[in-house]
Amino acid sequence: MFTDDAGKGGISAGGPGNSENSTRRTGGDLVQLITPAGERISHPEFDSWLQDVSDEQLSSLYEDMVVIRRIDAEATALQRQGELALWPPLLGQEASQIGSARALREDDFVFPSYRDNGVAYCRGVKPEDLVRAWRGNASAGWDPFTVNVATQQIIIGAQSLHATGYAMGIQNDGADAVAVAYFGDGATSEGDVNEAMVFAASFQAPVVFICQNNHWAISEPVRLQSHIQLADRASGFGIPSMRVDGNDVLAVIAATRIALDRARHGGGPTFIEAVTYRMGPHTTADDPTRYRDANELEDWAAKDPISRMKSLLDRKGLLTADLEDAVAAKADAVAKELRAGTINMPEPQPLDIFKHVYSTPNSWLDRQQEHYSRYLASFGDPAEAASEEGAR
Amino acid sequence: MTQMTFARAINSGLRKSLENDPKVVLMGEDIGALGGVFRVTDGLQKDFGKHRVVDTPLAESGIMGTAVGLAYRGYRPVVEIQFDGFIYPAFDQIVSQVAKMHYRTQGAVKMPITIRVPFGGGIGSPEHHSESPEAYFTHTSGLRVVSVSNPQDAYTMIQQAIASDDPVLYFEPKRRYHDKGEVDETVDLSTALSMEKARVVTEGNDVTLVAYGPLVKTARDAALAAADEGVSVEVIDLRSLAPLDFVTLEASVRKTGRLVITHEAGQSGGLGAEVAASITERCFYHLEAAPVRVTGFDVPYPYSKLEMHHLPGLDRILDGVDRAMGRPNSLSGLEG
Repeated sequence: MFTDDAGKGGISAGGPGNSENSTRRTGGDLVQLITPAGERISHPEFDSWLQDVSDEQLSSLYEDMVVIRRIDAEATALQRQGELALWPPLLGQEASQIGSARALREDDFVFPSYRDNGVAYCRGVKPEDLVRAWRGNASAGWDPFTVNVATQQIIIGAQSLHATGYAMGIQNDGADAVAVAYFGDGATSEGDVNEAMVFAASFQAPVVFICQNNHWAISEPVRLQSHIQLADRASGFGIPSMRVDGNDVLAVIAATRIALDRARHGGGPTFIEAVTYRMGPHTTADDPTRYRDANELEDWAAKDPISRMKSLLDRKGLLTADLEDAVAAKADAVAKELRAGTINMPEPQPLDIFKHVYSTPNSWLDRQQEHYSRYLASFGDPAEAASEEGAR
Repeated sequence: MTQMTFARAINSGLRKSLENDPKVVLMGEDIGALGGVFRVTDGLQKDFGKHRVVDTPLAESGIMGTAVGLAYRGYRPVVEIQFDGFIYPAFDQIVSQVAKMHYRTQGAVKMPITIRVPFGGGIGSPEHHSESPEAYFTHTSGLRVVSVSNPQDAYTMIQQAIASDDPVLYFEPKRRYHDKGEVDETVDLSTALSMEKARVVTEGNDVTLVAYGPLVKTARDAALAAADEGVSVEVIDLRSLAPLDFVTLEASVRKTGRLVITHEAGQSGGLGAEVAASITERCFYHLEAAPVRVTGFDVPYPYSKLEMHHLPGLDRILDGVDRAMGRPNSLSGLEG
């Protein structure tokens, strides 16, 4: 489920082993390996973790970013057309999500937030499963154990503790997998994220905290959450951190690999701040023009993760017409699959409301279900009754 | 049969679960070397190691949230909340995550987490150490809630709770920790009374008196005292607070026609309200009198010198029995 035909997951963990001393630092300068103009900047330490990234893999990273942007745009369109109730766009955060997810191993386990659809896609979640909950057909879109990705968390930061607990379990099992928590800048103010860092540090749990600082928590700017760089907060917990350009897919891959390697070798947790930008609204129900400056959006548009990757490929002579055609075809196909999967999604049935509350029968609930079932039946045709009830 | 204290019985049940299932992990504050502030986990870390009996940092949401992660990984965490009044920082993780995960994932992710909560008053504690928060949890779908009243049930039901694939809140009456009772440690869990069943602990014909946790003992004492006055009280130990065992409750009320419910928690929106409403719905024509609630008041848990006024004692319960029986009582002459 983790590697698909297009070669996702094809980047194996590489690097020079556990570079504990050189990377066990806090925050510091923003690490950037690809400039907004697509120029590759050398960085001795981070580059050592990217030696195996081939031209082919650069192209496939580009493809994944284009495809997830297309999924995101298609989902937004589906919402506008009334096919989804809501959608949280990830526009602008493609490099942070694809780069980090592509660094993971199959047996690593991801605990994402609701905006991490790029991560989920990379792990093998089907396009229509990404929107199942947003269409209102289920509370969550997929079985976590088929893709080693927990269902998306809506309570801000709650999943950071789940990842830490999972990591404690990995530790007990004597395994070398890693749990990865994804959350945003706003979440760093939540008690749960802070408690997760306390627990992770205390038990030296193999967990990586990936904070996508997209600068906005709905309408609240990151400066309202913190007076220092988010990455610098980690040192207070005794957790090493890195601050990378989150619109630079290579910087994100390298940072994630450093953190994963440390966790696998008993070095405990790492906090990564991927500095990026939420180009769209918080969700399709939001109106960012009420709270942020258009100039800011323009500044960040110039640092777009996909156009910089495209420029890099161009500079390297890899941006062929064949590649562009193949990527466009893939994006078209996935968008089509998403649209068809959404529109043809089977409707939930009224009595499904009672399913899976408990793993074994519950006398209270059984009685309520029986009564509601009789109520529905009192209308005669159950299907007709259900649609009438739904219309009220 | 072995004579042991309530606390020891839980300890023995925990030990048995740790022995039988390597995935059982105990977590909590001070549960290791100290054995918990009530010594319920005494000796377990020494025997099972720091990875099975985990002293956690002082953060209840952290404990609960990491328990969720461990459950994701296939473990069966048994979480100790040190005191009832300390559970609120964990409330979000319990209500939003533990209770909903199975539903959210359509059964893919189970949350076999047991949350042990020493609860109730009567030990002269400062604020936050004597509360009865059970109704918050009985109101939350996805959770099972039990309360134990004697060492044998404590021993058996902690193991049943741990074996449950659903999350269970296990409320321990802390003022009964030192009470002793006979415990059969060879009990077969598969044939023992299900933790979802109530139990008739004193049979009677005139009035049904429903209690759980610490007040079961008080209710039994009240039944004895009432018998001296010629009133036959049937005492039911709920054991399961969610779901409630209405089969047992209905059978009793159909027989007696009268219902008194007692709990330490405040009255409004409490479990007594649910029992009274449901029994009224189900057995209205068998009732000879309106159901009576004898409960704590709707006040913050009071400072300890006044707690005995707050806690339903034997005499207040008997007064409630008199009300249900239409005998002279403290409210005689008042309307409604």
